[in-house]
Amino acid sequence: MSSVEEVVREFIVVNFLFGDTQRKLSNDDSLLEHGIIDSTGIMELVFFLEDKYSIEIEANELVPANLDSINKTVDFIKRKAAVVK
Amino acid sequence: MSNGDGSLWITFNGEIFNYIELRSELIGKGHRFETQSDTEVILHMYADMGERCVEHFNGQWAFAIWDTRHQKLFLSRDRVGVRPLFYARTSRGFVFGSEMKSILAHPDTGREIDLETLDRVFTFWSGLSPRTMIKGIQELPPGHSMVIADGKVRTWPYWQLDYSSIDFGMSTEDCAGRVLELLGDATRIRLRSDVPVGAYLSGGLDSSIISALARKHSGDRLKTFSVTFQDGEFDESNFQQDVIDMLQTEHRSVRCSYQDICDVFPRVVWHAETPLLRTAPAPLFLLSNLVNRDGYKVVLTGEGADEFFGGYDIFKEAKIRRFWAVNPGSHWRPMLLKRLYPYLKNIQAQSNAYLSAFFHVKPEDLANDFFSHLPRWELTAKLKGFLSDSVKSDIRKSDGYAEMRQRLPAAYARWDGFSQAQYLEATGLLPGYLLSSQGDRMGMAHSVEGRFPFLDHRVVDFTTKIPPHLKMKVLNEKYILKHAAGHLVPLSVRKRPKQPYRAPDAASFFDSRTGTARAPYVEDLLSPDRILRDGLFNPTAVGALVKKARNGQAIGARDNMALIGILSTQLWVDQFISHKGDAPDVIS
Repeated sequence: MSSVEEVVREFIVVNFLFGDTQRKLSNDDSLLEHGIIDSTGIMELVFFLEDKYSIEIEANELVPANLDSINKTVDFIKRKAAVVK
Repeated sequence: MSNGDGSLWITFNGEIFNYIELRSELIGKGHRFETQSDTEVILHMYADMGERCVEHFNGQWAFAIWDTRHQKLFLSRDRVGVRPLFYARTSRGFVFGSEMKSILAHPDTGREIDLETLDRVFTFWSGLSPRTMIKGIQELPPGHSMVIADGKVRTWPYWQLDYSSIDFGMSTEDCAGRVLELLGDATRIRLRSDVPVGAYLSGGLDSSIISALARKHSGDRLKTFSVTFQDGEFDESNFQQDVIDMLQTEHRSVRCSYQDICDVFPRVVWHAETPLLRTAPAPLFLLSNLVNRDGYKVVLTGEGADEFFGGYDIFKEAKIRRFWAVNPGSHWRPMLLKRLYPYLKNIQAQSNAYLSAFFHVKPEDLANDFFSHLPRWELTAKLKGFLSDSVKSDIRKSDGYAEMRQRLPAAYARWDGFSQAQYLEATGLLPGYLLSSQGDRMGMAHSVEGRFPFLDHRVVDFTTKIPPHLKMKVLNEKYILKHAAGHLVPLSVRKRPKQPYRAPDAASFFDSRTGTARAPYVEDLLSPDRILRDGLFNPTAVGALVKKARNGQAIGARDNMALIGILSTQLWVDQFISHKGDAPDVIS
């Protein structure tokens, strides 16, 4: 079973980088500053995470502190999943 | 046509609407005419005052005059770029025409793609004149004339858009009165024709005003035409019906489905002669077909009002962004952005931090020459991520912003932000995309000529004097136009929220219910083999995008623009580079 990090990374690479594996994306790179994600992209990511991990993300949680890098997203999911459990 | 003694010869595409007045003046000066045409008036005007004759023309034109006495070729294009004029210098001479196809028919011209122009299309939505998608073929920029004599070429602007003389003391009532007077006359002289003149009705304010003015000046029952969409998200037929009822027009419409757009898209690219980022030209191609079949050859439209009277969301958006950037920490200022885009659910759901990043709301952005257009251009430039490594490498050092900056007039830096945004829109997207790909080319595909009262140079010049607060009163767009002419249209149209004209994009090419393309050419041109062979795009990236489109997940602006941009570029290469100008064999 893939780790949360692998799942998030794959989703970002396939959907926002369109499979561009040559582009070096570290786990701490800002998705905003690197122009990887746009307003629709955020919603695609949220839709994917809610569906994949059976969590519900509130409007006030849609902030860069939770979703602006792979690491931040992974931490956020783990926190949310822990609450769900 | 030549003049009486055969010393001047002209080839002319377009209309000079004030030819009757000019002809009368010339007769007063002793000129004799053999015809009633505007073409002959151009020749006599040139004979009378030389190259500056164009400054007296009110119209839309691309012409060339061969002056046998001086062995000189004089070319000119109208002020805002309604009519196209392409040219190429070859080893043996000079070739020109209204389409790139006609230049390419000459045996001395090559067919090499200009990758820097592709870069510009994937940023600004069009190339930057004089360059075009084909190396060696150039276009005469709007508002320019050119002389070729003694083996030398001289090009100069005879008119420029200038926001340096705004009359801040202008009263609302005086301004509105003058706007209505000018628009009325602009419409009146555009009804001069030896064939009946119809009008396009979008259901919006601008075309409704023009239709109302046309009805008033012609005195006849007006024939109007419109597009309706099967997809309700894009359909405006309710508003169109309100205008039809009020003006009692004789109306025809064409209903546009996803499949229709897919079917005609190759022909749309063939006529546009450039890659496109939206399908919006396709319904207008279908509409001009309807107009032609109905026996009409001339239509009035509302194009230009949004640029010169300040109607576009991009002006409003820039105003809100400036307002917010002054106090970036404010929690309530960005709420105006959400009000601006009530129909964009993604925007509604964003936190201020994300909105700030997406809309470039930083104090340092305020100093950027292109503040108003940065979000649009940077969103569009993401399409370059789909280019192949070799193309990326070729254009890596090409700086579109620097090229755009070089084109700005010296006074630009002193203009207010609203005027700067208007300038960028009126000299960029208007001629490069709206009047060409979406206007002239789609009309002329079915021999239908568009006429644009809002682009009458008297109207345009007057709007440059109107203070920005009368164009957009707080966030009420086209305030002065509504004040001047709103009474001519139904209340529902006057009060409706601004809706940009759009057509369905990715959904027009892939049916997400079946996951299949709607036509074989779509599968072919986007297949990994074909993408690899043509070499412009990255097959992996295109494959991932196509997968999203098949599944109905290409929902954002970037994905939609990318799909249309890639597909249209592939079509363009197929038609203009690989197959050397074969017309697409599709229904018309």
